[in-house]
Amino acid sequence: MIPVEFDYVKATSIDQALAALKSGGEDSKIISGGQSLLPVLRLRMAEPSVLVDCGGIDEMLGVRDDGDSITIGAATTHHGVMSNSLVQKHALLLAQATATVADPAIRHRGTTGGALAHADPASDIPAAALALDTSFVIAGPGGRRTVAAKDFFLDYFTTAVGPDEILVSFSIPKCDWGSSYSKFNRTAQAWAIVGVAAVVNVQGGVIKEARIGLTNMAPTAVRASTVEAALVGASSPADITAAAMHAADGTRATSDLHAQADYREHLARVITARAVRAASGI
Amino acid sequence: MTAAVETDTAIGKPIRRKEDAHLLHGQTNWTDNIQLPGTVHMAILRSPMAHAKITKLDVSGALKQPGVVAAYGAKELGDLNGGVPCVWPVTDDIKMPAFPALAIDKVRQVGDCVAVVLATSVAAAVDALDSIVVSYEQLPAVTDMEAALGSGSALVHDEIETNACYVYKMPCGDYEASRAKADVVVARRFINQRLIPTFMEPRSVVAAPMGMSDEITIWSATQIPHVLRVLLALVTGIPENNLRVVAPDVGGGFGGKLQCYREEILVTNLAKKLGRPVKWTETRSENLVATHHGRDQIQDIEIAATKDGKILGLKVTLLANMGAYLQIITPGVPLLGMFMYPAIYKMDSYDFTCTGVFTNKTPTDAYRGAGRPESTYAIERIVDELAAEIGMEPMELRKKNWIKHEEFPFTTVAGLTYDTGNYEAATEKALAMFDYDGLRAEQAQRRASGDPVQLGIGISTFTEMCGLAPSRTLGALKYVAGGWEHCTVRALPTGKIEVVTGTSPHGQGHETAWSQIASSILGVPVEDIEVIHSDTGRAPYGMDTYGSRSLAVGGQAIKAASERLVEKARVIAAHQLECSASDLEFVNGSFQVKGDPSKSQALGAVAFEAFTAHNLPPGVEPTLQAEATIDPEDFSYPHGTHLAALEVDTETGQVKLRKYVCVDDVGMQVNPMIVEGQVHGGVAQGIAQALFEGAEYDDDGNLLTASLADYLIPSAADLPSFETGSTVTPSTTHPLGTKGVGEAGTIASTPAIINGIVDALRHLGVTDVAMPAAPQTVWRAIQTAKGGAK
Repeated sequence: MIPVEFDYVKATSIDQALAALKSGGEDSKIISGGQSLLPVLRLRMAEPSVLVDCGGIDEMLGVRDDGDSITIGAATTHHGVMSNSLVQKHALLLAQATATVADPAIRHRGTTGGALAHADPASDIPAAALALDTSFVIAGPGGRRTVAAKDFFLDYFTTAVGPDEILVSFSIPKCDWGSSYSKFNRTAQAWAIVGVAAVVNVQGGVIKEARIGLTNMAPTAVRASTVEAALVGASSPADITAAAMHAADGTRATSDLHAQADYREHLARVITARAVRAASGI
Repeated sequence: MTAAVETDTAIGKPIRRKEDAHLLHGQTNWTDNIQLPGTVHMAILRSPMAHAKITKLDVSGALKQPGVVAAYGAKELGDLNGGVPCVWPVTDDIKMPAFPALAIDKVRQVGDCVAVVLATSVAAAVDALDSIVVSYEQLPAVTDMEAALGSGSALVHDEIETNACYVYKMPCGDYEASRAKADVVVARRFINQRLIPTFMEPRSVVAAPMGMSDEITIWSATQIPHVLRVLLALVTGIPENNLRVVAPDVGGGFGGKLQCYREEILVTNLAKKLGRPVKWTETRSENLVATHHGRDQIQDIEIAATKDGKILGLKVTLLANMGAYLQIITPGVPLLGMFMYPAIYKMDSYDFTCTGVFTNKTPTDAYRGAGRPESTYAIERIVDELAAEIGMEPMELRKKNWIKHEEFPFTTVAGLTYDTGNYEAATEKALAMFDYDGLRAEQAQRRASGDPVQLGIGISTFTEMCGLAPSRTLGALKYVAGGWEHCTVRALPTGKIEVVTGTSPHGQGHETAWSQIASSILGVPVEDIEVIHSDTGRAPYGMDTYGSRSLAVGGQAIKAASERLVEKARVIAAHQLECSASDLEFVNGSFQVKGDPSKSQALGAVAFEAFTAHNLPPGVEPTLQAEATIDPEDFSYPHGTHLAALEVDTETGQVKLRKYVCVDDVGMQVNPMIVEGQVHGGVAQGIAQALFEGAEYDDDGNLLTASLADYLIPSAADLPSFETGSTVTPSTTHPLGTKGVGEAGTIASTPAIINGIVDALRHLGVTDVAMPAAPQTVWRAIQTAKGGAK
């Protein structure tokens, strides 16, 4: 298909991008890697009048070490994120999740910040961002603000980033806990039916703390907080399996072609146990 | 006789494909790449509803849009709204409702063409679709075949007063007598789900009036340029001798481009009407809903046997989904499988009934295997179920019932005579490659330990019929065409060879394989041979490519024409060398006087003499060419044994294919590397039916799997490395000893996978798993067997 006609602005700075968004009004839309937006445009499910390309803004590219945390420019590609040594050392879970996104061609185009701002409930990145206690830097007409992960994902395809705002970067506190992103899907390139992002702090064979994010179990990625609480003190596979039985608690799983809600809930329990075991080595 | 010539590129050598350099370097000429001056682009307004009255249609708004040249609904198109042809009226009383290119008054499937816009750019044409005013009055959609046949169902076609298209019966022997004698009768219902032939290159067609002449040239991404030319002439009324059809480089088809599509009719008629080139290329979204679909049968299968495993009879009762309309061979596809349900097994009786059913879905038609994957799935599944029922090892049951190699030629209960086969040899080789006994031991161990991951072993010992087809047989089945194939071989003055074939490749490697056949006979290197195909202007005679016929039938024509060329040349060479023709032997591309090798003339030199015509023998005409049009003596019957080892995660239902071994007997192999490639692709496509692919509709007739995000096609990442082997039992009814390989893997692999899944779970009480065996489906089958949730 062919998208409707639109204007295109290639921004070189945040300010220029914000100005373009403002002048484009409510029909303007940010494009970065385009891997989610272009199919939507081609199917004419969205008909924006202006596309503001943020893929060339220096400030939005690359990964930097901020001492206690690392900061990732929102327009860094998935490939750039997963192959970055800072990410691999301090936020391995994010690298693991990013490596499961689609296929290499898409990972070389699509951006991790774009996936976060797009907030598809089946996307792999938001669950990892939740588990890693990520914070988000958003620029808007009134300046910049920082939003915590728990306040970032609001609803289906909806985040704290307003229509006149831009996600500039996101920061992850350095984390050396064991981690695993376990994705359950039907083909290698398919979306997750369920995904589980787990980071686990194990001391002396006992789980001290765990943070678990779930993909595609609600309108947004969610934390499996009941499981997290139940895991404290776990030291055996049986303990983990028992804790993981709570994985679907409080979720709002939906039904689609690949999974009915009850099956999705069942999978969440099974895959959570597997992810925690992989992350903890227990 | 002409002795075969041994060259480095002769028959049997796994040389690299001549086609691949072009493909790999982006030098191909897809139809959508064709850009002619003055082209207008067609965009199609398609029905969003499966069944509805068109209560209003006004295209005038589109005419006011920028770049728009014309816009038509059925009313505006009038006589140019040609009907899509069906060439296989399988019974005398078949119902064949009209299928106009643009829907008239009523739409019957999501994707039905309602109106078209022609504009100077694709974008302008697509934009202008929004300016067409159309209203629908929704009607109840017919989506379920059994409900469609019940009284009170809505009718897809009111004028035929039923949704039953036809009922075809073929009783062979007395099944009821077999059933009465049987100790065991096993009955199962299998669903052979609807599939979408998602070839890589979408459909595309360009039609252009060619200036001073009345010729209209049509470039189309089709498998059947020759058949299409005839059909377009009949449908459009444009004289056949004014139509030239070219299939440029074509990127896959799998039967999906074996068609005379409504879009091809529209583009041809509109190019003539507007007097300028018209072009249309489908989007992937259109492809999924408007390219014909495949399979979609409900199969009620019953097998009768003795308690020690002797098969007595088989009963097959099918409901075959035609979809909303009949296309080129829609009704005949189930009949291509009809003869093959008894497969490799001996039995006393076989009873076949098929009812074709209209529904408000995309029409079905040929898809890789066309009827034979359905039959093979049913027989190989039911044989496994019979084995379980009587407590016999499934391979032992097969061995007990299959035709033994010394019994060929063998006439089956369905009336076909299989010329050759050696099921014992292929099976023995496959079992050895597979480590069958070792895997069975591991399976027993996992069962005993209650491993959450269970191992299953799936068997498929298949045969198929290839090489469509003896024309007389096709006639007896009411198919309105022949099954012959043509070849012209020309020796040019410079010694180069042109092989003109009527087959029409779309990825198979004909240019290489056909060159190898000619090279073997003419002694000319492959690089000096050009294969001309897929253009009715340059290769006027042919029946095109489908049903694994190109080598089995077309290969014979190449052999015969090449041999005739040698005999023509021999007469000229004898004249030149002043000897009698019988004194010449043809060795490595050169005629030599027997006993005096110093006196010789190469084929190229003979060709030059034929060109200059200065010194030809009396009665011999200038130029050196020969042709052959061959009607095959019979079908060919490739066979093989496919074995799959699968791990089934009982906690999630996910199936992981661990090992896949197949030994195929496709007869003589012209190019073993191409054979292997065909087997690999075919096996992957058959596994895709078993595990991944399935077109899903809702109750309103909306296609739910309408994008490749939902219609799942596996990639290499989802499949193991296949282990392929072969045995060679040459066909005796085909002069090259070849049988055909294009569909073998697809036909064989599907039941191997499902048999393997059921084998992994049978101890839990699972006796069947629906296709595609998605994790959720497998998990639910386990839960149901356990007596748990749904």
